[in-house]
Order: sequence, then structure tokens, then C-alpha cells
Amino acid sequence: MSAGLLSRSLTLAAALATALAPAAMGQRLTGAGATFPNPIYTKWFDAYKQKTGIQINYQSIGSGGGIRQFTEGTVDFGATDGPMNDQQIEAVRGNVVHIPTVIGAVVLTYNLPTLGQTQLRLDGATIVDMFLGRITKWNDRRIAALNPGVKLPDIDLIIVHRSDGSGTTYVFTDYLTKTSREWKDKAGYATSVNWPVGLGGKGNEGVTQQVKQVEGAIGYVELIYAEANKLPFALLKNSAGNFVAPSLAGATAAASGAKLKAGTDFRVSITNAAGADVYPITSFTWLLVPADGKDPVKAAQIRDFLTWMISDEAQAMAQQLSYAPLPADVRKLVADRIRALKAAGKPIPG
Amino acid sequence: MATSSLPTPEAPATAPPASLVGAQHGDRVFRLLLTTAALAIPLLMGFLVYELYTGSALAIDRYGLGFVTGSTWDPVAEEFGAAPLIFGTLLSAVLALLIAVPLSLGVAIFLTEFAPRWLRQPVAFVIELLAAIPSVVYGLWGIFVLVPLLKKVVFPFLRDTLGFLPFFQGPIYGPSMLAASVILAIMVMPFIMSVAREVLLAVPNSQREAALALGATRWEAVTSAIVPYARSGIIGAVILGLGRALGETMAVTMLIGNRHEIAASLFAPGYTMAAVIANEFSGAGTDIHFAALTYVALVLFVITVLVNAAARLLIWRVSRGAPAGGTGL
Repeated sequence: MSAGLLSRSLTLAAALATALAPAAMGQRLTGAGATFPNPIYTKWFDAYKQKTGIQINYQSIGSGGGIRQFTEGTVDFGATDGPMNDQQIEAVRGNVVHIPTVIGAVVLTYNLPTLGQTQLRLDGATIVDMFLGRITKWNDRRIAALNPGVKLPDIDLIIVHRSDGSGTTYVFTDYLTKTSREWKDKAGYATSVNWPVGLGGKGNEGVTQQVKQVEGAIGYVELIYAEANKLPFALLKNSAGNFVAPSLAGATAAASGAKLKAGTDFRVSITNAAGADVYPITSFTWLLVPADGKDPVKAAQIRDFLTWMISDEAQAMAQQLSYAPLPADVRKLVADRIRALKAAGKPIPG
Repeated sequence: MATSSLPTPEAPATAPPASLVGAQHGDRVFRLLLTTAALAIPLLMGFLVYELYTGSALAIDRYGLGFVTGSTWDPVAEEFGAAPLIFGTLLSAVLALLIAVPLSLGVAIFLTEFAPRWLRQPVAFVIELLAAIPSVVYGLWGIFVLVPLLKKVVFPFLRDTLGFLPFFQGPIYGPSMLAASVILAIMVMPFIMSVAREVLLAVPNSQREAALALGATRWEAVTSAIVPYARSGIIGAVILGLGRALGETMAVTMLIGNRHEIAASLFAPGYTMAAVIANEFSGAGTDIHFAALTYVALVLFVITVLVNAAARLLIWRVSRGAPAGGTGL
């Protein structure tokens, strides 16, 4: 018994020593930011450490915090679900590159038990009318027109949105803003906005609980969350006029459909992108890295990690966790951009 | 300290000066330590205010005192007003006290005056355990148990019976000002109850016996001799509960519906200052949004200080009229 304990504590000590060794050698990177990609980042950093011994600490403190800490230089890289605006880029004197990592999708989930297995069909204009408070009943003719043959109940339509600042809100309101001029004027897009109507739930789980408990409620959550919790979600009409279910393929198609040009800074919105199979409410999530790093060693480490991150191996891991991988054309653009990163004004050696 | 005054072979008791000098030296160190500790608290407060002020300077410059009366909260248009938040914070705390104070005082009086002896300790223990539950657990319990119960049973009942009042009208969603107040009441109850119970236990038995000897019933003894004697302590207990209700964050944000709105109906969603900070702080992208949230924290701080000062004044006025012995009889 005591021998077992001894050997176990020795193993623990050895494990601790291995964990601490790279830190002692300075092979440690720190990052902070977005919560939405936290599961895949954690997995990537863990796999990368086992592969190369380089430890990357990541704190999922939210996109706003990620941008803030990156700007203040307290982390080696930031992470965000919404790109930095021009003013924020000015604050770091332009020394930042947005590197897309994976693609997320936002779904509309609802509580309409009378619908059974029938999936609701919605389009952008109708969703805007709902979230502006202009559609207040489920049997409204605008919803009925999109769902021929579906018997919609005569109950109140109740909006549920996120109350905490979140990338999910950013993507969703970006979609509404692109869809409607009026939404743009009244609310706009950001990680938190001034919602014309509705209840606020904290986190995906808060929104889900409120939708589940109120018949006639509709809210938006991340695709991963909806799938893991088997929530019903609406089919959305894309720019090609097709009704598509949210899926990883549909999200990846949106990134291809966005047709990024060579030399892009990747700060592009891919909501409502063109393409027959595109799911319209999708977005990149980004890592923020300095275009010209101070420390050549760290810059090289970041560059190497990013190169691995867009490899088939890493992108397949993303798919396992229900994140949509980057399409091949985007990965190529990212690879070009990574090669152009600098440190102390010079190309990164190695 | 005790060891230094003990005679030792080297310094026998007949030679006190050496040990006395040692004690004085020790006293001085001890005094210095305590003074530092005592000064650290106001210093910390000073740092807090300074940090909150500098953090919110941008918002103070732009919105001034209008921030307190404005009711729009629009991070996109960069328009911020905290009136609904202040309203929500005060209303939810007051409602929580309205529910919690009678209940917890009743329990405290029952446990000290009426309950059979074998019941007193176990019940008091269980209620004090409630104080140790993390607020996020209260919040989860609120979402899964309390809100469905309120929504299906309690709210419809209130609407049907008291629906003529504006407080109990309008659609019932579940998450609401009233739901948040109920969870707050449950959370502050153990604090008020256990302090009130200690205070009531401290009332001298002569006070009880005197009242009973004069022919008072148990009830009359409680209302005329015991509670008045303990009233400043009881007010202190209520203030403790109020402080907790004003600052509670997690459980409230999970149940209040998080809507920037001043509504008459208690069924409508609301928002509190602590909740908006918890919700938006991590996602605040722009400097002005960040500053506005810090400004909210500053306002919350000021309100808490004001409430506590008012409470002190209340206790002072009450206890001035009631020196030990009380005016009850």
C-alpha cells in the first residue's frame, strides 16, 4: 500500500517535473480571449504540447478581454469572435494579424411542441421582424408564408437573447445587420446590443433554459451547443434561396463562398455568403498575433503553432468537436500570411 | 505573552525589569501590526474608489450625472444610462427584504422562545448551512425548480387574485423581477436569521422573567420585552441582509431576465447593476463600454455606502432611545 503510494507520488513528481521543465526553459506562450472556441483551443494546445513540448496557456475570458489584453501586451496572442475595429487596430499601431482558426455557426432554436418533428423555415427578413418586435404571434402570416402546410399555433412569440457579451451575439447581429437596414439603424452589431424586445439569458445554457421553459420562445445559440443538447433548430433561407439546415459543411461552404482575395487581412464577415449550400449565420473565429513580434523566439513558436493549426491533423480535431474546419482555399491564404510574419523587423528565422 | 511573564531560571521573578522591557517591546510590535492592519482597510477602500474613478473617467466626462437618470443602454451607439439598473438593484433588494425579514425574524423568535429545546440546534444548524451554498447553485436551482414553480403556480395565482394592482399584470415569462427577489430572499434569510437569533439569545433571562411575572403571555413577552430589547441588533441583522441583497450577482442574473427597462409589473424582466457588470465586463470591446461598466460599479459602490450610512444612523437613533434594559416595559 505504502509502496504503491510512494510510486504513485514519484510518478506525480515526475509528471510535474516534465510539466514544469519547458516553463523553466521559457517555452511557454500565453493567450487569452474568446470563450466560444475554448474547447478546440484547449484540445489543440494539449495535443501540440505532447507533440512539441511547447506549452501554451489559454484563458477564455471573453473576446473583449482578449483584445484588451493583447493591446496591453500582457499576452503573446489574443483570441476573438469579432474582429478588432479600426480604432482598436490603431491602438496597437497596426501591429496585429487576424488568423482565422475555425468556423462557427449560430442556430435559431424554438419551443413549439405542437410542431412535432416538422422543422421551422425562416428567412432573414422574418427573423429581423421577430427580433424588432414586429411579429408577436406565431401564426403571423409572414411566418406562415414560409411554412406552407404547417399549422402554427396562436401563441405569443417571445424573444430570448444573450445577456452576456458574446461572439455568438456578434455573429447573429452581424447577420441581422446585413439583412436589414432598419436593424442596422436601431440596434447594429456588437458583442452586446440594445435589444428592442426580449429576455436576456446568460450564456448558451441560459438562453436554452429560457427557451425550453417558455412555450413560444425563440432564441439563438451556437451550433455545437444545439447539437450537443439536441435542440430543435430552424432551417434558414440562404442568399441562393435554398432552405438549409445548420451544419459543419454549410459553415465551411460559407467561408469558401466569401471568396477571400489574396492579401486579405481576414477581418471579413462571412454571414449571408453566396453559394447554394451555404448556411447564412456563420463566422470565423480569430487568433490575434503581432505582425512584427518583439521576441524572435516567441514569434517563431507562434508561427510554428499556427502552421500546425491549419494542418489536416489539427483541422480534423476541430471537426471532431463540431467546429467547422477552414476550407482549403482559406487555409492556403492563411499559410501565406503566416509565412510573412516578422519578428524585430526581420523575417522569422527557421 | 504568557510565557514572557513566567519566571525562568535565568531571569527569576524577583528581577522583573528585563521581562517587562521585553513585554513592552512585544507590545509595541503588536500594536504596530494591529495599526497597520486597521489602516489597511481604509487604504484599500481608498484604492478601490480611486481605481473605480479613474476607470470610469471616460464615461463620467461624457455622460456626467445624466448617467444615473438615463435609461438607454446601447453599446453600439455608445449611449449608456443606468437608471433601470439602479431601479432594479434597489427594488429587488427591498422586495427580497420584504419577504425575508418577517420569515427570518419569525424563525429566530420561534427558535429562541418557543421551539422545544431538542429542535433548536438542528434547525438553526440547517438554516446556517443555507448560507454556505454558492450563489451559482442557488441560480441553477432557481432556473430548474423555482422559476417553473413560480411560472406555473404562484404567478398565475397572484395575477388572478391581485391582478387589479399594476404590479401583478402583464405577460408571465418566468424570469422576472419577482423571481429574482424570491431567490434573493431565500439567500439573505440565513444571514438575518442567524444574527437575529444570536441577538435574541443575548437578551437576559431577567427580561423574560420580569415580563412573565407581570402576567404577560409568551407572545406579549416577546413583543413587549424581548424584541424591543434586541431591536438595534435586529436592525443590524436586516442591514447585513440588505448589503448582501444589493451586491448579489450570479443568482440574480440567472433569474431576472436581464432587460434594461423600468416596468411596473413584477412579472416583467429587469436588470441589476451587479448583473450587468458580470454579464458585459468580459465582452466589453470598446473603451467607453468598459468605462460605463466601471461607472456602474462606482454608482453601486456609492449606493452601498449610502445605504450603510443610513443604516448606521438608524441603529444609532434606535439604540440611543433604548439603553441596556430597554424601554419596552
